[in-house]
Amino acid sequence: MTSVAPVPRLIEQFEQGLDAPICLTWELTYACNLACVHCLSSSGKRDPRELSTRQCMDIIDELERMQVFYVNIGGGEPTVRPDFWELVDYATAHHVGVKFSTNGLRITPEVAARLAASDYVDVQISLDGATAEVNDAVRGPGSFEMATRALENLAAAGFADAKISVVVTRHNVDQLDEFKALADGYGATLRITRLRPSGRGADVWDELHPTPEQQVTLYDWLVARGEGVLTGDSFFHLSGLGAPGALAGLNMCGAGRVVCLIDPVGDVYACPFAIHDRFLAGNVVRDNGFDNVWKNAPLFRELREPQSAGACGSCGHYDACRGGCMAAKFFTGLPLDGPDPECVEGYGVPALATERDKPRPSADHSRGKPIMLTLSTRPPAKPCNESPI
Amino acid sequence: MPAHAVGDPAVAGSAFDPALSWRLHPQVAVRPEPFGALLYHFGTRKLSFLKNRTILAVVNSLDDHPDARSALRAAGVDEPDEAPYLHALSVLVTSNMLTPKESQ
Repeated sequence: MTSVAPVPRLIEQFEQGLDAPICLTWELTYACNLACVHCLSSSGKRDPRELSTRQCMDIIDELERMQVFYVNIGGGEPTVRPDFWELVDYATAHHVGVKFSTNGLRITPEVAARLAASDYVDVQISLDGATAEVNDAVRGPGSFEMATRALENLAAAGFADAKISVVVTRHNVDQLDEFKALADGYGATLRITRLRPSGRGADVWDELHPTPEQQVTLYDWLVARGEGVLTGDSFFHLSGLGAPGALAGLNMCGAGRVVCLIDPVGDVYACPFAIHDRFLAGNVVRDNGFDNVWKNAPLFRELREPQSAGACGSCGHYDACRGGCMAAKFFTGLPLDGPDPECVEGYGVPALATERDKPRPSADHSRGKPIMLTLSTRPPAKPCNESPI
Repeated sequence: MPAHAVGDPAVAGSAFDPALSWRLHPQVAVRPEPFGALLYHFGTRKLSFLKNRTILAVVNSLDDHPDARSALRAAGVDEPDEAPYLHALSVLVTSNMLTPKESQ
């Protein structure tokens, strides 16, 4: 038997939770100028109970005390908050680095120049197609142009190493090389992550998630070409497809153990993909601050206990995938102690075929129902089939 | 290996020589943990792990010693056991977490 590197020991430590998260996602607002069909926070309208500037600063003070090195700020579109830049400056002045995700809306040449001058701010531009056609079908008309203009502005201002953040779907999985070339062209780094059936993603996951064959293609691409590509460690459900350690990164579920999410009203959830009452740990305002929620919330304490492998206990891949993603199982209506819906052994397929009770969303901030544009290669039979106008 | 970098691609740093003097990069923050420590570099935005308390003590005391090897000895790491620690330090040098003292 070959010996195993000491990495699993570290994973075990992480599974018992740390005194502070390694990484924290903070959705600053549910307001968004776009209406992406797969938005994991069902964003659109601002929540009137959104935290005030002062309340956000209090959270930053706490994060500084807890030595949370940086926050991933998102939304919604975080830059639509009028105090967004004030909060970014406040965080970096208090030794909390900022990585923020944006669709590019406010990344003008002036803003790009400001960002280029800071060592403590990282920018992540969301793009879900390497071409406007594929991207705009899920993110909305004009969103490809907006994102690439932002990338041009950042590159022109000398901002080093922006990130292009891609959610891998059935329609863009064949564009991975094109995404890489696009990133290289802007002096940016490609980051690809898994499509989760969270938020509005629950409605489109069946049509958008990569097929089993595409999962294998994706895995092979990551192993062969993935050096220098970030993944947010989000493909750990695919680890069983190859040798242990072939996929770079931690490859474990960090929910409530090493990661969590703070939403615009201060609710703390186990992870960014689990915005639902079932995974709500507490609220930073009502429950005496973030530190208290992180350390003492019953949900987080439960997640830090040893988890049952359940139906996956007898599978030889369990050590690799640890049963996959909790949120992916929950939002597809699968048992939490069973296989991931995209299980590499194929156990997810029959599980998805059975009668399932998909949980109802706890909240929806959508401005009406976003419609996925279809990628058609043939002209419609009659013009009125395509457009009601 | 007591140090492990995850996530981002390596940013080329200097070559590690244990006979030279080293220190933490000024943009690196250290957060002690039960297993060792987390290191974060605000410039490269990279996270690293120190996988035990001994390597943490070594890293924290580098600045007080004329060379890396004497920091190891002071932390109780003798020659027969030093290989994984030298490797860990070289990983940290490669990712710019440690920097030669002269260049400061």
